Amino acid sequence: MVRFENVSKVYPDGTRAVDNLTLDIERGEFVCFIGPSGCGKTTTMKMINRLHEPTAGRIFVNGKDIMSMDAVTLRRGIGYVIQQVGLFPHMTIAQNIELVPKLLGWEPAKRQARVEELLPMVGMDPEVFAGRYPRELSGGQQQRVGVLRALAAEPDLILMDEPFGALDPITREALQDELKRLQAKLKKTIVFVTHDMDEALKLADRIVIMKDGQIHQVASPEELLRNPKDEFVAQFIGRERLSASPEMLSVAEVMIKNPVTTDPGHGLAEAVATMKKRRVNSLLVTDENDRLLGIVTARDLERNRTGYKTVAEIMRTDLPTVSPEATLQVALERMLLDRLEFLPVVEQDGKLVGLITNTTLVDALSRSVWTEGESA
Amino acid sequence: MIQELSKAFSDPKIWEKIGAQTVEHLYLSLTAVALALLVAVPAGILLSRRPKLAQPVMTVVGLLQTLPSVALLAFMIPFMSIGNKPAIAALFLYALLPILRNTYTGIRSVDPAAKEAGRGMGMTPLQLLFLVELPLSFRVIMSGVRVSTVLIIGWATLAAFVGGGGLGQLIMSGFAMVRGSLILAGGIPVTVMALLTDFLLGRLERAVTPRGLRV
Repeated sequence: MVRFENVSKVYPDGTRAVDNLTLDIERGEFVCFIGPSGCGKTTTMKMINRLHEPTAGRIFVNGKDIMSMDAVTLRRGIGYVIQQVGLFPHMTIAQNIELVPKLLGWEPAKRQARVEELLPMVGMDPEVFAGRYPRELSGGQQQRVGVLRALAAEPDLILMDEPFGALDPITREALQDELKRLQAKLKKTIVFVTHDMDEALKLADRIVIMKDGQIHQVASPEELLRNPKDEFVAQFIGRERLSASPEMLSVAEVMIKNPVTTDPGHGLAEAVATMKKRRVNSLLVTDENDRLLGIVTARDLERNRTGYKTVAEIMRTDLPTVSPEATLQVALERMLLDRLEFLPVVEQDGKLVGLITNTTLVDALSRSVWTEGESA
Repeated sequence: MIQELSKAFSDPKIWEKIGAQTVEHLYLSLTAVALALLVAVPAGILLSRRPKLAQPVMTVVGLLQTLPSVALLAFMIPFMSIGNKPAIAALFLYALLPILRNTYTGIRSVDPAAKEAGRGMGMTPLQLLFLVELPLSFRVIMSGVRVSTVLIIGWATLAAFVGGGGLGQLIMSGFAMVRGSLILAGGIPVTVMALLTDFLLGRLERAVTPRGLRV
């Protein structure tokens, strides 16, 4: 759909805004460009509809070199949404939406039909809104119209330049959901510039991280979260966000890495001493190869206070366990269903690698709740 | 004074004069403003495309406005002899600046987001001008026109000095004959005309401003 071939943009003052960028965007794909300000993400996007022109390299839209096309024709075939909304205040909502169709010479009846078809797609009643002026709408409604305006002439490709950046968090969230829904239905190719990683992770099929005018990493949201290329990407994603939601987090990321263990041959007094010293109420029993054998709890010890037994004799061995690759969601469900207070993390060969307790869960969950709160 | 005034105004001849001169006065003023519009609006648009030129051009046009009006009128005579032509020419020069300046600022102050949206959606430069820039700067341009018009209606009294007609004639006669009532007979209609025109232009401006832009 869109292809960048060694595209560079150098400003007259020598600033290299985009540096030898090569990228293919598939039809129907939702691609987010993200990066710190000045990384060239907006310039890159605006080169697609020639609001900026490359100084080197070639850009193809639908297989055609855009520099060989008339800029006005090119733009009329591409939807465009900008951050400041850019609705024309002197035109009604209907007039705003039907602008490109009008430029393209559609019949009035067809344009009106299009307006009446589009407004309900974002839950706006044409009867109510078609005749209103932009300033009679809320910020969220205005940007919904901004999106519809870009869809009006049924372009295959839509460019969006931080379209939700100026909205309040709740509205932004709502519009992201609507956009996602529209995209699923209409299968448009969308190039979306943002500086909000949450937004990119939520919307994109593929995220292009840019830095100093170059592509730093291209990956799906999932891949990006799992394998950030380097510290820059990790930091940009945000360490916290790397482990934000229970569906995304793996057990390995949140478990206690060195649970308190004991040898099966130890006496009970020794076990009590260890518990006291490490301030825990249970001990995992492992063999010399760190394989999990069982568990003893303070209650087990209490019950056997009088006898001279070893840990091996009183430990329970029918333990539910979880693998380190499982998601936190799985661990959480198991612990809730079986009313467990802890869940040993065991690799396939039976080796104990960690422990999940109620406390770890609360920590992990609160962390994700807090970070969502902060980033909102 | 008031007695004298009421006596002067009870003379039907003076009403005839006021009527005829008011028409002349309006003709002079409106012609000058219309010509200024024809020149200053396109010039303002061009300047908005060449901001570097704007400052020097504004300065020159601003200098024109500082010329003493009587001197400017006198200066026109060698070129255009006497009558309403030199008067209109001088008034035209005075009318330029407010319209030019407001057109320039008006277009320059159009929300860049609206312009970018227009460009990005595939408007040609002319479409952008007529569909976006001019409608959005209409109020500012219009207020320049109003300033110019009021200014010119006042200054058109000086046209009488070069035989250009208008209510200045009554005022000049009043000076010559030391008759305050005549000065007022010319001066009051000028003031009323200026106020009325400003009011009417304001109404016109409101009427043609789309609801979305009304304050």
